[in-house]
Formats: sequence, structure tokens, C-alpha cells
Amino acid sequence: MNAPILDVRNLAIDIDTRYGKARIVDGVSFKLAKGETLGVVGESGCGKSLTMMSLLNLLPRKIAVSGGEAEFESRNLFTLEGEDLRQVRGGRIGFIFQDPMTSFNPVMKIGEQLMEPLIHHKGMDKAAARKRAGELMRLVGIPGGEARLDNYPHQLSGGMRQRVMIAMGLACEPPLLIADEPTTALDVTIQSQIVELVKDLREKLGMSVIWITHDLALIAGLVDRIIVLYTGTIVEEAPVDALYSSPQHPYTIGLLNSLPKLSPGGEAEKHLPSIGGTPPEPGRRPKGCPFAPRCARKMSVCETQIPKLESLVEDAAHRVACFAVTGAPAS
Amino acid sequence: MKSDVLLRIDNLVKHFDVRLGAFGQTRARVHALDDVSFDILEGETLSLVGESGCGKSTAGFTILRLFEPTSGSVIYSGANIAALDDEAMRKLRKDLQIVFQDPYATLNPRMTVGDAIAEPIMLHAGKSKAEARARVTDILSDVGLPERFANRYPHELSGGQRQRVAIARALACRPKFIVCDEAISALDVSVQAQIINLLRDLQDKYGLTYLFIAHDLAVVRHISDRVAVMYLGRLAELADKTALFSKPRHPYTKALLSAVPEADPVVERRRKRQILTGEVPSPMNPPSGCRFHTRCPIARDQCKAAVPEWREIAFGHRVACHAVGVKGWET
Ligand SMILES: Nc1ncnc2c1ncn2[C@@H]1O[C@H](COP(=O)(O)OP(=O)(O)O)[C@@H](O)[C@H]1O
Ligand code: SF4
Ligand SMILES: [Mg+2]
Repeated sequence: MNAPILDVRNLAIDIDTRYGKARIVDGVSFKLAKGETLGVVGESGCGKSLTMMSLLNLLPRKIAVSGGEAEFESRNLFTLEGEDLRQVRGGRIGFIFQDPMTSFNPVMKIGEQLMEPLIHHKGMDKAAARKRAGELMRLVGIPGGEARLDNYPHQLSGGMRQRVMIAMGLACEPPLLIADEPTTALDVTIQSQIVELVKDLREKLGMSVIWITHDLALIAGLVDRIIVLYTGTIVEEAPVDALYSSPQHPYTIGLLNSLPKLSPGGEAEKHLPSIGGTPPEPGRRPKGCPFAPRCARKMSVCETQIPKLESLVEDAAHRVACFAVTGAPAS
Repeated sequence: MKSDVLLRIDNLVKHFDVRLGAFGQTRARVHALDDVSFDILEGETLSLVGESGCGKSTAGFTILRLFEPTSGSVIYSGANIAALDDEAMRKLRKDLQIVFQDPYATLNPRMTVGDAIAEPIMLHAGKSKAEARARVTDILSDVGLPERFANRYPHELSGGQRQRVAIARALACRPKFIVCDEAISALDVSVQAQIINLLRDLQDKYGLTYLFIAHDLAVVRHISDRVAVMYLGRLAELADKTALFSKPRHPYTKALLSAVPEADPVVERRRKRQILTGEVPSPMNPPSGCRFHTRCPIARDQCKAAVPEWREIAFGHRVACHAVGVKGWET
């Protein structure tokens, strides 16, 4: 990988509970190259969103980074403050969240909200910012472009709000875009419009993208590389083709198998192969491998030791944290 | 699969009169369901798909007469449900059940799981409390929950377990027909597969008939016998699952299927999507003629002028589109 735009090393995030601190993200490390799109996959509660929120210093109350670094454009994001932080947030890193209503100011017109980062980060004057805001609206496919700038968020449909949200994330043409389940609440038709839009813009602007999702079908055609999270740790990391054609971790394999297939043949079997049980609650991770309680290949070492993410012999870019795959440690 | 008709739905219409504006000064009529006709066969799973707001839930509710139909009929065991008096309707209630996306909507937070399941048995089947409690254990085991869960409260359960309880409650009176309204949509992939398998097992065991409302087409393909596609309050197409997925005829069905991503990067990269532009128009002011004509890639003048007939183009395959079967028009 040529010099990465983002390098996250050993990230740990803790939550304050009634019973003391609990670790909810543990030892997460990943890199992102310029122009690369990384998919982050996992079920709800696995720490996908918290990991990304930590990068922007947007963690909710009682949740904080307790270790690690995140180097972005040669600066550690975790030590940025004040004006430096504001410059990165929205200026150098754009973000789109699942629920646009939480990121909009309900009593401010769409246009003003779009113009704000342009004035703040790009130093545009009001007239130039308004013109650019109109262009952005058209770019994300809002019918009526400029005319919509004077609408309030509630006057737009869900699909349109999501587009405006994307327009806001892209306003400053950031080198990095973080999208957290941006299409989860939308219909497939709107979802495919938005995915095509992001692909298009990525090409035009040469952005790097991190796309967080629980939907393995959605990102198959969108990302270059995928990391799979389970209860706050990375269990597998691989180039996209390798992840789908030869998944290694029992959890990844289980997830892929439990997807009903749309292609012919998928309908034949009556029962979907499913992973038994449910993920442990945050802060209640087992002592050994977090997946051990649900794993069919579990060995005794899995219950006492935590497997490290290790490269496969045949493909160094494909990394797995599983004793059954990379071998148990010599004791 | 048997082919006796369990429910015959004829020209079912449901309009909502609503007031708009800050003071409710404007009246408007939501055309949520218009002239919908289809049969539901005994023992089958018929799926109802379409974008949000197209009237799927309204169809489910109106068929069960949880909404009073505006007009039309629903024939169940010789009687028109839409015209029954309260007493007769109450007797039928136990046959016709519904499971929602959010189990919290049907589970009282202050009632134990056991009481929640026993309640409908006492109410609809007229059993004593002791008799009802005796059945609870059986029903819990039917939905894959151990007996001790009878004493738990909804908040003590995981999302998947709560959905199992909601299903148990629907099963309590040994119904014939269950509407599953997005019943698995909110669950994580690995849990979703478990619930899909459960629904299938219960269908086999009790000869249940499902109206399965969902927006995930991969799930629909897996679980259904037949599939009906709705657009803006009307049926667009209905066919055997295999026919619908392999040879869709309505332009909307084609667009909808083309938007669904597959969990295969190689397929996804090769694929050409037919992107539907724009969004679904408002059901308060639906387009004239064919309601899809404002977004249809092959619409002609006729489509604006006349409502296409709901006609059978092959055995068991119905479609509402002027173009279907016309040489040089249908693509
Ligand atoms: N109780 C109601 N009052 C007014 N409008 C309603 C009501 N219920 C549903 N609608 C409207 O009817 C249309 C169909 O809704 P719905 O059946 O919920 O669609 P779906 O289930 O396909 O998402 C929507 O425009 C919705 O807003
Ligand atoms: S009737 Fe006309 S507008 Fe409607 S789907 Fe068919 S071709 Fe398109
Ligand atoms: Mg609905």
C-alpha cells in the first residue's frame, strides 16, 4: 500500500457502566489507501459506528477512546482540538449517517446548512456558497436543485434528505468520506441510486471511502477491501473478492451462508444455514475468542486465549483471527 | 401445496381521509389501496413486495379488518369479512393473526412472556387460566424457547427472542392465517435466518398460510411460493416465485429486481442496473392511468389515459400493464 491516508492502530474504546468500565472496541487496526474504498461489516452493536465516531471525536457521553492512534494526513486525530478538529470534521473528512434527521438542524433551511461548511472550510462568500450549494443539490440528483435550498429538512422525503446529507458530506470535496449505513432505512430502488451516486463521485473526486454496513450484498460491488467486526474486534480482513470467494473465519462464513441467495439455486434448500445464538452484549465479551460461544469449530484454546489477526500463508492481505484457521499457539 | 383458496380478495379499496396544514384546514384523501384483487391459497406463502408507503401494510391490515375497508370484499370460509358484525368477527379473530416488525408493538412491557402467550388463549379460545398456562410451555417449545422464558419480561430478551415471543403469541390460538408484516426486517442477518427457518417449520407443522410482507427480495425469493408486487396502492404483478424472479413482465418489477444487490463482487461488477429515477409520487395525488407512468421507461400516451387491466397473461401470472404482450412495445 502506498502511504495510507488513514492509519488506525490499536484502537480501544471504553464505556462507563454502573459496574465500571467495559471495553467495547478492542485492538482495532486498519489502514486505508488513497482512493480506496473499505467496507466495514458487522451486526448491530459490534462497534462499527463507535469506531468511526471516535475518529471524528463524536463519541456519545460515557464512551471514550482509551487507547490507540488514528493517523490521518500525518496527524493523530485523537489529539486534535478546537479549530484543527473543526477543519478536519466536514472539511477533510466528510460523513454521512444513517438517520439524516439527527445531523440536520430542523429549524435551519437546507441551503443554509449546505452553505455553512463551504463558507467555513472553503472560505467562500455567501453568493458563491449558495451557487455551489445549488450545484451540489443537482449533483446528488435532487429534482428542482436550487429551488429546494429554501426548504426545511422536514419538507423533504426520506430519500431526498439522505441525498442532501450526502451533499453535505461531500460539500468540501473531502479526501475521505465515512458513510455509516447511509442507505439502511431506504428502499432498494433509492439505495441503488445512492450507491451509484457515491461510486460516481468517488471517481470524479478521487475520494477514499469507508462504508459501514451490515449488508454483505450491498457492498459487494462497491468496495475494494472488507473488514469484519465481531463484538468490537476485527475477526477477518480481506480484499473483496477473497472475502466472498474464500471466507475463512467461521463467523464470516456463517454470515455469508445465512444470506438467502437471489441467484438460481439459492432457493432450493429449505433451511437457511444459520448461526445459532446471538452476539454477546457489549461489555460482556467472553474471555477467549469472542465468537467461541457460537462457533462450531471451537477448540479448548478458543475459550481461554484471544486469537490474533494473522495473515494467511497464501495471501498476506487476507488476515484472520481464528485458531482453527491459522493454528493454535504453541503452549 | 394445496390450491384451495383460503382468502379471496376482490376489488379491495382503502382510502384515508386526512387533514393537512398547521390547522388541519385542508382535507386530502390518501389512496393507500385501490382495486386490489387476488387469492391467497391454503398453505402457501404469498409475499407482498414494493417500496415503503406503497400500501403493503394497509393491504395486510384491511384484509384482517384491522382497518375498515372503504369498499370491496374479503371472502374467508364462505363469509365476507368486510361485512361481518362485531360478534361474528370476534369469532374469526383467532384464525387470522399478525406479526409486526417491532415486537414491542404487541408485547406489553409489564406482562411476562407466559402471560402474553396465555392471554389470547383465554380471550379467543375461552380457556381457563390454568389451561392456558399449560399450553404456554408447548408453544414456547414450538418457537424454540425454553420453558423458563415464561417468567421473563420482554426487555430481558434479545431482538430475536422477542420476535419468537410475538410469533408464539400469534400462534397461541392455532390460527390458519398469519400476516407477517416486515416480521424479520429489523433483525440482524444471523438472527434473521433463524426466524425464517422457524416460520417455515411452523408452517409445515400447522399447515399455516402466510401473507409475507417484506422489502428484502432475497428473503422473499427464499421463503415464498408466490409473489405479488405493489406500486402506489395497486398490484402491478403477481406470479409464481420462479416466474416472477426469472421472467418478470411488469416494467416496475423489472426495475425493482434490477436494484437488488447480490453478495458476489464478480456478479456485481459486471452487472448493468436499470436505475429508476425519481421517487414514488404521493398517494394523495396518484398519477392518472397507470400509476407507474411517471417513472416507467417505456410509457406511452395510453398509459397516462387508461388504467391498465389486471389481467392473466399466463396460468397464475397476472400483470397490470398495457405494454405486456404488445409486439414492439414490451421490452
Ligand atoms: N392511518 C393512516 N392514516 C392516513 N394515511 C395512512 C394511514 N396508514 C397508512 N397511510 C398511508 O397509506 C399509504 C400506504 O401506507 P402503508 O400501507 O403503510 O405502506 P407500506 O406498508 O407499503 O409501507 C402511505 O402513504 C401511508 O402514509
Ligand atoms: S402501463 Fe404503461 S406506464 Fe404502466 S407500466 Fe405498462 S408501459 Fe409502463
Ligand atoms: Mg409497512
